[in-house]
Amino acid sequence: MANIFAFAEQRAGELRKVALENVTAARALADATGGEVHALLAGSAGIAQKAEQLGKHGADVVLVCEHDALKDYNAEAIAALAADRIKSGGYRVAVFSTSAQGRDLIPRVAAKLGVGIVTDVTDARIEGDAVIVTHPVNIGKVIATASIASTPAVIGLRPGNTTLVENAKAARVEQVQPVGDPSASRVKVKEMKQGTSAKLDIGEAPVVIAGGRGLKSADGFKLVDDLADAFGNAAVGATRAVCDDGWRPHSEQIGQTGRVVSPDLYIAVGISGAIQHLAGMRTSRTIVAINRDKEAPIFKIADYGIVGDVAEVLPALTAAVREARKSH
Amino acid sequence: MKIAVCVKRVPDMDARFRISADGTSLDEAGLKFDINDFDAWAVEAALQLKEKAGQGEVVVMSLGPVAAQETIRKALSMGADRGIHLAADRIPFDGFAIARALAAELKEGSYDLIFFGKMSPDSSNGIVGPIVAELLDYACVTAISGLEMADGRGTAKRELEGAQEFVEFTLPAVLTVDEGLNTARYPSLKGIMAAKKKPLESKPAQLGDTMVTIKSLAMPPDRPPGKIVGEGAAAVPELVRLLQTEAKVL
Repeated sequence: MANIFAFAEQRAGELRKVALENVTAARALADATGGEVHALLAGSAGIAQKAEQLGKHGADVVLVCEHDALKDYNAEAIAALAADRIKSGGYRVAVFSTSAQGRDLIPRVAAKLGVGIVTDVTDARIEGDAVIVTHPVNIGKVIATASIASTPAVIGLRPGNTTLVENAKAARVEQVQPVGDPSASRVKVKEMKQGTSAKLDIGEAPVVIAGGRGLKSADGFKLVDDLADAFGNAAVGATRAVCDDGWRPHSEQIGQTGRVVSPDLYIAVGISGAIQHLAGMRTSRTIVAINRDKEAPIFKIADYGIVGDVAEVLPALTAAVREARKSH
Repeated sequence: MKIAVCVKRVPDMDARFRISADGTSLDEAGLKFDINDFDAWAVEAALQLKEKAGQGEVVVMSLGPVAAQETIRKALSMGADRGIHLAADRIPFDGFAIARALAAELKEGSYDLIFFGKMSPDSSNGIVGPIVAELLDYACVTAISGLEMADGRGTAKRELEGAQEFVEFTLPAVLTVDEGLNTARYPSLKGIMAAKKKPLESKPAQLGDTMVTIKSLAMPPDRPPGKIVGEGAAAVPELVRLLQTEAKVL
């Protein structure tokens, strides 16, 4: 029997989807050995209300730490708290996400615990004394299977790679205290500029519509925005080239030096499919490509392709998607 | 200000990779190597700080086989002052082991700032910088795309998912660099000549035990072959039908 720790990421008092992914994955690991899932949820007063959602996805216990200085992500305080709980709880695996916050947090936690860590994990299982993980290397052109020999093993899941499963558990809330003074951090968030809150993030959206140079201009992205609107559950991404040109912000960049996404549906619009871009989206479940050049490499990894001018195809697709969603 | 930059020699990602006979490493024959892009931006950031201050020292450190010295020379030719090579037969996959060896050496230097790239595309873990920060008990800001230093304090910009964060930090600090912070300069001919005479010390890396090891490497499974649904707007109805009935995503 082995209990599993899961970190519940929140922003502005709302759970992020990766929190549920972490709990779902932790549940699978715990069920394989007959253990419990304990989730850690830190935020300002009232965050405990979110425990129920974690229970729905399989948390037996939710460790809740409420403190004003934990309202926003506070790297030093959260790392100290997580390391302390993981150590005292005697967990076999500590499951985090390789989100922007996770990338910052996980190595600190592993360092405090002095244990092995792998990020961007696409699969994990416990095998005897080792935790075996799969982890894409060399921008996804090679897949490594690695063994973490320490207890606990700290892993960061690839965001979007875990399909949420509901598996209701009690979610007993246990209030826990911060470690030290959470206000004493050497790094302080002075300002947070939130994008339009209505917009879904490319890491969380089930559908990602990404545009490239084939859209001709920043204004050309209007076609992509319209299609995303038609879906209603889509986010907009972009290639490095168009971010470098300033058509879209770098936060929307998908690829080797940008974000890695694994949505249910990825629609590449006017994207040729450079290897650096494929690195950021090749694990998407279904890939659609729309491009004028039928020789474009994107068609090699796309499940469905349309050869044609995006200015002609996209409005037609937007109308068809709107129609299809209406009949639901 | 005394600044260290940790850099890694990585293979060109455009290459077609082959797995070695041992099944746990890549065949390096025919691969081209260069400094990791994120690390080049880290070197640039350090050089800009030194130039702005009009004083200070930029020390470049790299762990790995003898060839890591080429990567250090590249940073020296960009303008860094001296290099330290931590010699190891190969770069382990275990980021903690790498961080431990770097931290042991960095501790001796009493640096005000230590720069890393936010990750390297080969091992793709992105953990070495923050682990070093913990081991040295330095403040740490990861994945910065903006940086201002004044009066011994810094302000950095970070790109989060759908948000931007501005943080203030105290020195000494570890910073890891994201794309967008700067554009790395090319070494000038003069820089390349000067780099040949700059000090580069080599000593064994104190790697210690590794906790994470590669069991096997494999090529990713091929995606099932896709199909061209058709040409132009006429193909849209068929695409929508496939998305609804076959892929079941609409």
